[in-house]
Formats: sequence, structure tokens, C-alpha cells
Amino acid sequence: MSYTIDGTTGPWELVIGLEVHAQVISKSKLFSGAATDFGSEPNTQVSFVDAGFPGMLPVINRECVAQAVRTGLGLNAQINLVSRFDRKNYFYADLPQGYQISQYEHPIVGMGTIDIELESGETRSIGITRLHLEQDAGKSMHDQHASKSLIDLNRSGVALMEIVSEPDMRTPEEAGAYIRKLRTILRYLGTCDGNMDEGSMRADVNVSVRKAGEAFRTRCEIKNVNSIRFVMQAIEAEARRQVEIWESGGEVTQETRLFDPARGETRSMRSKEDAHDYRYFPEPDLLPLVLDEAWVATLKTELPELPDAKRARLMQDYGISRYESAIFVMEQVTADFFETVATGRDAKQVANWMLGDFFAALNRTGRSIENSPVSAADLGALLDLIKDGTINGKIAKEVLELMVETGEAPGAIVEARGLRQVTDTGAIDAAIDQVIAANPDKLAEYKSGKDKLFGFFVGQVMKAMAGKGNPALVNEALKQKIGAPAA
Amino acid sequence: MLDMSIAEALAALAAKKISAVELTDAHISAVEALNPRLNAFITITADQARAQARAADAARAVGNAPALSGIPIAMKDLFCTEGVRTTAGSKILEPFIPPYESTVSARLKAAGAVMLGKANLDEFAMGSSNITSAYGAVENPWQRDDGAKLVPGGSSGGSAAAVAARMAMGATGTDTGGSIRQPASFTGIAGIKPTYGRCSRFGIVAFASSLDQAGPMARTVEDCAILLGAMSGFDERDSTSADRPVPDFRAACARGVQGLRIGIPREYRVDGMAPEIETLWQSGIDWLKRAGAEIIDVSLPHTKYGLPVYYIVAPAEASSNLARYDGVRFGARVDGADLIDLYERTRAAGFGAEVKRRIMIGTYVLSAGYYDAYYLRAQKVRALMLRDFNEAFATVDAILTPTAPSAAFAIGEKMDDPVTMYLNDVFTVPSNLAGVPAMSVPAGLDARGLPLGLQVIGRHFDEETVFAVSATLERAAGFTAMPAVRAGASS
Repeated sequence: MSYTIDGTTGPWELVIGLEVHAQVISKSKLFSGAATDFGSEPNTQVSFVDAGFPGMLPVINRECVAQAVRTGLGLNAQINLVSRFDRKNYFYADLPQGYQISQYEHPIVGMGTIDIELESGETRSIGITRLHLEQDAGKSMHDQHASKSLIDLNRSGVALMEIVSEPDMRTPEEAGAYIRKLRTILRYLGTCDGNMDEGSMRADVNVSVRKAGEAFRTRCEIKNVNSIRFVMQAIEAEARRQVEIWESGGEVTQETRLFDPARGETRSMRSKEDAHDYRYFPEPDLLPLVLDEAWVATLKTELPELPDAKRARLMQDYGISRYESAIFVMEQVTADFFETVATGRDAKQVANWMLGDFFAALNRTGRSIENSPVSAADLGALLDLIKDGTINGKIAKEVLELMVETGEAPGAIVEARGLRQVTDTGAIDAAIDQVIAANPDKLAEYKSGKDKLFGFFVGQVMKAMAGKGNPALVNEALKQKIGAPAA
Repeated sequence: MLDMSIAEALAALAAKKISAVELTDAHISAVEALNPRLNAFITITADQARAQARAADAARAVGNAPALSGIPIAMKDLFCTEGVRTTAGSKILEPFIPPYESTVSARLKAAGAVMLGKANLDEFAMGSSNITSAYGAVENPWQRDDGAKLVPGGSSGGSAAAVAARMAMGATGTDTGGSIRQPASFTGIAGIKPTYGRCSRFGIVAFASSLDQAGPMARTVEDCAILLGAMSGFDERDSTSADRPVPDFRAACARGVQGLRIGIPREYRVDGMAPEIETLWQSGIDWLKRAGAEIIDVSLPHTKYGLPVYYIVAPAEASSNLARYDGVRFGARVDGADLIDLYERTRAAGFGAEVKRRIMIGTYVLSAGYYDAYYLRAQKVRALMLRDFNEAFATVDAILTPTAPSAAFAIGEKMDDPVTMYLNDVFTVPSNLAGVPAMSVPAGLDARGLPLGLQVIGRHFDEETVFAVSATLERAAGFTAMPAVRAGASS
């Protein structure tokens, strides 16, 4: 935690807290039966409840509640068996009821924690203050018509979880790691898809700066940041702005700000004086939300294995490193892929292949593990071909390229292209003789003690055999012909 | 035919002595004759009513006549009715035709009731006199000796006037602080606010969500029981509706009060109460005693806080409930330079003075810095009032009080000061705040010939006892007086 901003008066420490809004995965909205499909035609996913028509009443969606409870359990948080909905009142054209139904004083989930891991390998525990359920507003579009604003209410009423952290983070990196980890957990739980570019996850960032050992100074909130990179940039830009203010004798005022990624700076959205008075009060259309303890216990037993547990198990069961394991568990499908390939095989070798050539090939072709042209079974079959001596490691890399390109099985590729490795010592000897004959000067140098040239001869022989020579046999035969290197 | 009760009409229909079409036509004629004067209906749906009546006759001919088949009623214009304009008495909803039906009106329709039209009311049900309607005041069909035009009470004033004047056999009302019982008392009819949660609020334009409750208004206690039976029941679209069976309310009317303990709350003897009301209350006590009930003095010590609590809680909820009338998606809009200007112009033009007053009160009491002193404290006192009732109901089965502190007053009276008007609700708001059922029964006339009602309050979900006590009072009172302005009368 050596990250500080160096001002003219010395180093400044950052204090960061995050409020993440995560859209709940659910077929229908928090208080109505309308669908929640992203990207639908405007105003096609709207019930009269979502549009705030007279006499319409909210009815809580049980599945959204279950999703919030699952998330709470996944964050090792306290599940509040009694919670309550409140109205947050303000006027806006895309807020049909004139209030948002949220949870103010009594959220469904209380204190929890997330453990994050940093580049340095250091881990930190970040406190979760609370998680509450609330409904999303619609969307105002100001650029579709010359003189009018258009409103799309498809999002209106969609369930969101607001997950509030303690002000426990001290660096932009920690904030990034926190969001990544939170996103991974939500995806494992199946409670939020975590797609920040579709807006199904967005963050409000609270930032303040202080000298070491001080109490908290005034913070500013940066609203609606929609990528991890921007979160990190916004924190740094905002912290620098605050340091400058303090150091020039000014005072940071509490306010809501926006991050402008193009300029790399934050700007004021509204000051504390302009802050809305939301006039919260208990939502009279809904009874308090009372959860059955046994139901919560059932949800708990149905939780999937979560990233931290999975990482520990992969290290334990497969003997791979913490680093390798951490990469595999970032996405559930990756971990599943690894486990499928590694079962019954040399897990260390599987890890090397996946993290090396396989991921590189996916990256190069713009694919991800979900739509990989190479199945786990085929990657396993490729490694089996190495193990049983059908092909050597170098040829295997070529075969993998062809698998990625064509989607064909490795066995078929090896057969069709004659890539089987050559173990015929006669053929190897012939190739060696040919190489020796072509390089008398190099041979002389080698004989006179330039041992490093042994590798040159191996390479030439392999090249003469189009890469298919069995490397061990080639080495052995070369040693016979030209003598083993001294070292 | 117009003087029949719903029970009598159902018997006559079943015996084929009359047809639903005849009954409906007679009422449509009455509406057409009297509405220009009384203004009880905002919208008249004569064609639809005739079609429903024909359907009722056809259904009965094949032996399929549900509980209210062919009974013509008025629907308070706060219930959303599919395809029929629903205004809530406000200009802001003048062009609003709901694409959906409220649960209560849908249930009445399914029970075969014939809707004559949408009854006038105070704007957004805010008022005790029906003078705040954007569609004009309703006149009470009863006349005072000085000939002054009287208010029918409110907010269900159109419903009350329609039933009293024989324009409809029954009507729906809603009651947030007395809006069924006070107009029932002012017009000499019966009306019950059932337990909060008995009738679904789905599709009823909301005033104050934690207090609003639909209920029936009719000329007899039994008719109210018949109507309530059709209106009640669990609705999964209203989270506050109660998932419990609907009892046979009509049968309860015949139970009598033998052995029942009736509480008389001393706190309801307020200063300045008209002596006639005091006398009527004593008559009610005597009638019940004679019918076999035991009379017990009880105390509801927090009664005096009822009005202040009500006038904090109800406007607070209303200020939020009425935020949706912004001119953006439905209803009337007045365009503006920008969004805020549009809101301000739309709401300035669309809402009347009383609605604006309550929105401002409600906004104030929920504001940062005032919430604890007003709203939170009011909720605490409300809890104490509920406790008062629960403690009283530990020793008594029902409570008897007057319905309102006075008889109907003239249009123009009590209008200088809103607080004077708010005093009308002094006896009725406590049962809304506690959520208990309460009914007004016509029990007598004052010296100037105007009807007065007695109120029976019961335990949560014990409307049956309320009906039993009310029906006993009704029989003992023998209230047969009729309003001067009524269908079939010569005047």
C-alpha cells in the first residue's frame, strides 16, 4: 500500500468507497411481470405498473429477492430476515411514478466482505456495508428528435442490487480489483451478468484524500462510471484535483461529480446545496419483506462453488500455482475447461498449454473460451498425442494452430498432414549425415570445443526432418555421430 | 321499482316480476332527470348499462344469474374502468381512459352488476363536501328548512347522492378518512369501510395508500352486505390485500346483538357536539341494550390525536402518490419551455386548490429536518391508536359512536378555513388509521329534517359483527324518511 499522490506538501493517501449497481438476472422486473430483455425495441418491455399508471401497484418478484439473498450469501454477508422498501421521491421524465422504490433504512443484506488480490500477490479484505434492492428508472434520449426528448421505459422497474462497500480501498488498483472480484462472484452466482458496457453493472465512486494517520476528509462522489478502467482513471484524476485544492489552501466541498474520459477529468454535476431532498418514507403499497429462515438456508445449500474456494481446491487437487489457479477461476467456464482437460492428465502441463499457446491462439483470433473452436476434449486429445509419442511438442504447437483454424480434431490433423514424429533411427541417421556433410566448418568449430553448436546441429536435423523428428532420438544419435558436448 | 332495496330487486328479478332491462331503464331515466340538478355523475354510461342489463336478463334466462345480476349501481370515478373515462374528479385526468379495470369494479361486473356511470367525488378523494371536484359540486338530495343547497358530504358525495336520490340502487365508494361514512350519514344511507386489506386497491386511483379502502354504499345495511360480498377478496396484484376467505356478510345481518358487548368511547364526546347527535347516540345505546347487548364504557385515549395524525400521514402519502401526474405519459399536459416548466404548468393547471394544499403539506412533513417531527411521530401515535382499539376490543365486540359531528351543511358554509372542514372527519379517521372496519347507519333526523348516522366500529376482519350491530340499529331506528329530491317524487 505504498500508493500515494505526491503533492508539494508531501504524500497524500487515497480513501475510496464504491457503490456498485448490479442489474439482477431475472426474467421479469422487480415489481411487475414485464420482461427485462436487453436491446429490445423502445417501450416494448413495459407494464402499466412500470409506466406509473393510476391505480397500479407494485408486487415484489420472488426471484429477484432470491437473487439478492444469493448475492448476500456469496459476499459472506448478513441476510436480514426482515427488510423494508421505501420511496425515494424526485421528479424526472424517465421516472414514471415520481419516486423510486428502494430500500433505505432496512436493506435486505447487511455487512459482508470481499477478499481482493493485488499484482504484488498481496491480498486485502474489503468490507461490504450493505446490499439493497431497488428499481431502475427508464432512459431519456435527447438526441433522437430536434426539439423533443424521447423516453424509453424498458429499463423502468428492472431490479438492481446496490452493493455498497466500506471506504476500505486506498489505491485505484484496489478499486479495480474489487470490481473485478465482485463481478466474478456475481457471475458465479448467476445473479448479474456484469456487463458494464451494456450498463448492467455501473459504479458510483466515493473519493477523498488525507495525510497519513488523519481522519477522513470531505469526499466527492463520481456518478455512473461504466468501466473498470474509467473507475481507476476517475479515482486518480479526482484525487489529484482534491490534493491541488487542499494544497492551494482551499477546501474540498462535498458534491456529486461526473468523469469525462475524453479529458481525463471529473467535473461538478451538483453541489450539496442542490442535492435533492428525496423525502424517503416507507413504501405503503408493500408490506415489510419477511424471509423464511429455512428458505434462506436452502438457497445457501444451492450456492455454486465460489471463486476463492475453487482456487484453493484447484491448487490442492491439481498441484497448480496460486497464480495459475487465480487466472482459471476468474471465469467459471475457464475453470471448468481446465478441470475437464486436467482430469487424468498432467495438470501442470495442461496449465502451461492453456496459459501459453491456447490462450494466445484465442486472443489472436478474437475468441473467448465460451466460443472456443477447440473443445476441452480436443485439447486433451492433443496432449495425449504428445504423451504417447505420436507427435513432439513442436509439432503439437502447429497442430493446435490448425485446430484453432479449422476446428478439426488433433488426431485427424496429424494423420491427414503426416505430422507423426519420426522414430525411425535410419531416417534420423540419414538426416544427420546430410547436415554434417553440408556444414564441415561448423563441425570443425564444434570439435574444437564450441559446445554451443550442438544446438545448431539439433536444429538443422529437425529442420531437415520438417520438425517431425523425435527430439530425444535426434539428440542421442547426434551424440553418437559428433560426440556429446563437454558441458 | 326505484324504491326497492337490492335484496328486494334480486328477489323480483329471480321471480321474473321485473327484468334487468326494466330496472336499468328506470334508473337511467332517473339519472337523466336528476343529474342535471344533483351532478352526482361525471360520466353516464347508459348504452353500456343497457347492454349489461340485456346480458343479465339473457344469463338469468338460462339459469346463470350471479349474485348481483341486473342490479344498477354507480361507480365512484376513482375506480379505473376499462374503456370508460376515469377522472378522479380532477382536470389532470380529464382525457384519461384506462386500458384496464380495477379489481373491485371487475368483480362487480363479473357478479352481474350494471354500471350506470362514474360518480362525482372530491378531487382525488380529498374533501368532505364534494366541493373540490373539478366537475362541479354535487348537491345533496335532502333539503334543509331554509332551502339552502346542501353538500352531500365527501369524498364519495356523488355515490351518496345517487343512491339517496334513487338514481342507483347502490354505489362503490372509497374511504380514506371517512369518505364513505360521512356522506352516507349526510344523505341518509348506509355505507361501510371494510377492514384495510378486505378489498383490493388495484386499479383505484391512490390518495393515501395505507388508509384507502373501497366499500359499498346502499340504502340498507343488508344491501351493503350483498355488495361487499361481491367486492371483497384476496388479489395478488395488491400486496396489502388480505389472503383470507370472504364470510357471508348478508347472513351476518340477521344475527342480532344478543350477548354482544358494545363499547361507548368516552373520548368521542367532543365539545360543541350538536345536542341532537348526543341524543341520537343515546338512542342507539338504548336500542342495542333493548336488543340484548351489554353496554360498556371504553376509552380510546389517543382519539384526540386522530385528526392531526391523519392530516400528516394522508398528505404525505398523497404528495408521493400524485407525483405521477406530470403530463408526461397520460392525462392532461401543458407544454413548457423545459421539463421543469412542463411539470409546473401541467400541475398548476391540472390540480385544484385543495389537492395543491395537501401536496404541499405532505411534501413539507416528509422534508429533511421535519420528517422525524411530523411523519415519524405521526406513525408512532398511529401505532398507539391501533393499540387503543386492540385494548378496547379485548373487552367489547363492537364500538358505537356518531358518524359525523353535524348534519349536512350548505354549500359555502365551513369553507373559509380548511381546518373547520377537516373537523368533519373527527369520528371517522381513527378507524382508517387503525385499519378496522366501520359502518354508518341512518338513524334519525335532526330538527331541520336532515339525516344523521350512527357509526359501528368492529375488530379487524370482523365485518360480520359490524353488520349484525348495524342491522339491529337499522331495525330499531325504523328510518323511513326520504330526501325531497328523488326519482319518482313530485318535486
